[in-house]
Amino acid sequence: MKLKTFKLGGIHPPENKLSAGAPIEILPPPGEVNIPLSQHLGAPAVPVVKKGDKVKVGTLIARGEAFISANIHASVSGTVLKIDDVVDISGYRRKAVFIKTEGDEWEDSIDKSEELISEIKPEPIRIVEKIKEMGIVGMGGAAFPTHVKYMFPEGKTADTLVVNGVECEPYLTADHRVMLEKSDEILSGIQVMKKAGKVDRAIIGIEANKPDAIEMMTKKAENIPGVEVVPLQVFYPQGAEKQLIKALLNREIPSGKLPLDVGCITNNVATALAVYEAVQKNKPLVERVVAITGKKLSKTGNFKVRIGTPAGKLLEALGEEIPAHTSKVICGGPMMGKAVNSLEVPITKGISGFILIDGSEAGRREMENCIRCGKCVYVCPMGLEPYLLERLAENKNYGGCETSGIVDCIECGSCSYTCPASRPLLDYIRYGKASVMRIMRERRQK
Amino acid sequence: MNPLILYPVFILGIVAAGAAVTLFLVAKKFKVDEDPRIDEVLDLLPGANCGGCGYPGCRGFSEALVDAADNGDLAGFMCPPGGSDTMSEVGRYLGLDVDEAEPTAAVVRCGGSRQKAPQQLHYDGPAKCAISHALFRGANGCPLGCVGLGDCVDVCDFDAIHINRETGLPEVETEKCVSCGACVEVCPREIIEIRPRGRKDRRVWVCCVNKEKGAVVRKNCKAACIGCGKCEKVCPEKAGAIRVENFLAYIDPEKCIACGLCIPECPTGAILATFQPPKKKSRAAPGKTAAEKVAGKKVETAKEEVKQ
Repeated sequence: MKLKTFKLGGIHPPENKLSAGAPIEILPPPGEVNIPLSQHLGAPAVPVVKKGDKVKVGTLIARGEAFISANIHASVSGTVLKIDDVVDISGYRRKAVFIKTEGDEWEDSIDKSEELISEIKPEPIRIVEKIKEMGIVGMGGAAFPTHVKYMFPEGKTADTLVVNGVECEPYLTADHRVMLEKSDEILSGIQVMKKAGKVDRAIIGIEANKPDAIEMMTKKAENIPGVEVVPLQVFYPQGAEKQLIKALLNREIPSGKLPLDVGCITNNVATALAVYEAVQKNKPLVERVVAITGKKLSKTGNFKVRIGTPAGKLLEALGEEIPAHTSKVICGGPMMGKAVNSLEVPITKGISGFILIDGSEAGRREMENCIRCGKCVYVCPMGLEPYLLERLAENKNYGGCETSGIVDCIECGSCSYTCPASRPLLDYIRYGKASVMRIMRERRQK
Repeated sequence: MNPLILYPVFILGIVAAGAAVTLFLVAKKFKVDEDPRIDEVLDLLPGANCGGCGYPGCRGFSEALVDAADNGDLAGFMCPPGGSDTMSEVGRYLGLDVDEAEPTAAVVRCGGSRQKAPQQLHYDGPAKCAISHALFRGANGCPLGCVGLGDCVDVCDFDAIHINRETGLPEVETEKCVSCGACVEVCPREIIEIRPRGRKDRRVWVCCVNKEKGAVVRKNCKAACIGCGKCEKVCPEKAGAIRVENFLAYIDPEKCIACGLCIPECPTGAILATFQPPKKKSRAAPGKTAAEKVAGKKVETAKEEVKQ
């Protein structure tokens, strides 16, 4: 039987899921964490602690006050050293709370037991409040505050919860391991989210390169009504919400609309786990699973890491040094993640992998002229014309960019990956997209 | 003669005559009355179409000038490439007084050369400052300093700004600069500033725009302003031109008397000038020629020149 996938564009880069077999290990809290105040999409959180304050694991340290923002909690117990700038994965300095670890004391309200609670007591409204309070954000990469997805605008309803277990980026294995090891909790979390969104049906999409996870989730989901596991053909960028909804439900989200406009809510499996822990166990988002991997590493692994841990600690935990000729260190997936300039960058809520890329793979080839072969158009999952957008953005023709749909670009990088002339398509498109969005914002304000 | 030739000549002749009459009538009927002064003023302007005046090219500017002349006021109009000479000529032609504007030039306010702020990272993306700036802090770790990929060079119509291969920083050739402001506009980090050329070409400026704390800045760059405030203290009271805010000194060109007292005081040598500063024993010491200083070349080269 042919497996489902999305219809337009897409690529299939080498999967390189090297760390798929490594069970999740727990990384002990580091000596000091620096927790950035801007880990999510939207406005940065406002700190509520000051220098010298004692905090426990799970203490609220910053409140998300804007509509799109998220609370941030202490991930270790200890003393607040300072609130200062730290270089995060954006490469720029952003405000962060520095905490020195002293012991490992958790807030009393947090249920640390392993026992599975499947009965859902709170009302839907209360669940959404709880998700907001516990600072849950999308853990697939974009880190969009989860509670916002469940606050439906007037007159909108959803009928399906789409759960993203696709993990279409090469190398990454964090969601894969979570699905294998925490399947009961994920399914319980899905039940919680179904109740919060008042939907009856949940579909979990998993790519076929994770047969063990598909088997495990299917077996566990058998007895739960309204939860379905669908294996998907391996294809990038299937984990993008628009592509996933197209693949699973054959619904197309019009330009500029949200999944809710076609009756869907999308969440990652790791987010489902976080929601379960937040609602049933009262545990804020203070740790996440991160894969550390790379072809030249002799060992790879998946670690449960406290938020704010410097990324270099993962290498230490593996007992590895940075291999010779490593030319790029990427936080996130190799297609959409960001190359970082120091091993001190803190792990944030949206980082699912930490990848050391060898020089032979990372370098760009020499750029040649575009011969209009159309390969970028063929692979664009949004049906755009990357070669044209690149040219328009390069010439600063922002009007042309806008009418050619540059804001629909999901920045998946398929065009740059496939271009035989190695043109920097995505670089220019991103630049053009940012400029067009700025112009559109200014126009709206007028 | 062969009628095969005569007929076409005859027919085309009639068509041409008809077309000529039509064109003549149309040109008469739809004639646009244009102020002849616009063309005259246009001839007085430099014709560079740089846009430095804020109007779309020289013609747009001359239309605006004639318009303003009809209203009897030419205040606020300035042609940066032409300068005061051009403007006074225009004023004489239109019979009005014009603003006497001080001549200005672009100044690069970053001293983070390859030597002073070594590269920490390798950037292999498209060579555009705007893209590099959007991606990360820059190869030398300074989030506010020059990216060095030359967007300003590409945009300059007068060939007045170039990247120095040794330092990796842009340098303004003051003789060619018409201070149209194109580079100021395009620089994503707002490093380039248009400053008055100063009396007798004497001017002083702080060659840094980094507002981070001193200790943080020094880690990445040896030539940065650390906001110590020494220059502010030494600046003569009657001038009071230097202000330190957010760990960054700024010299107000309107107030600066170009005495040069602040230059030897600066512990990082972040204050540059186009003339020889007063105290010779200090580290930023010996004088450089105007062109050298603007070029921001290393102190050593300047020293050698003085010896010669």
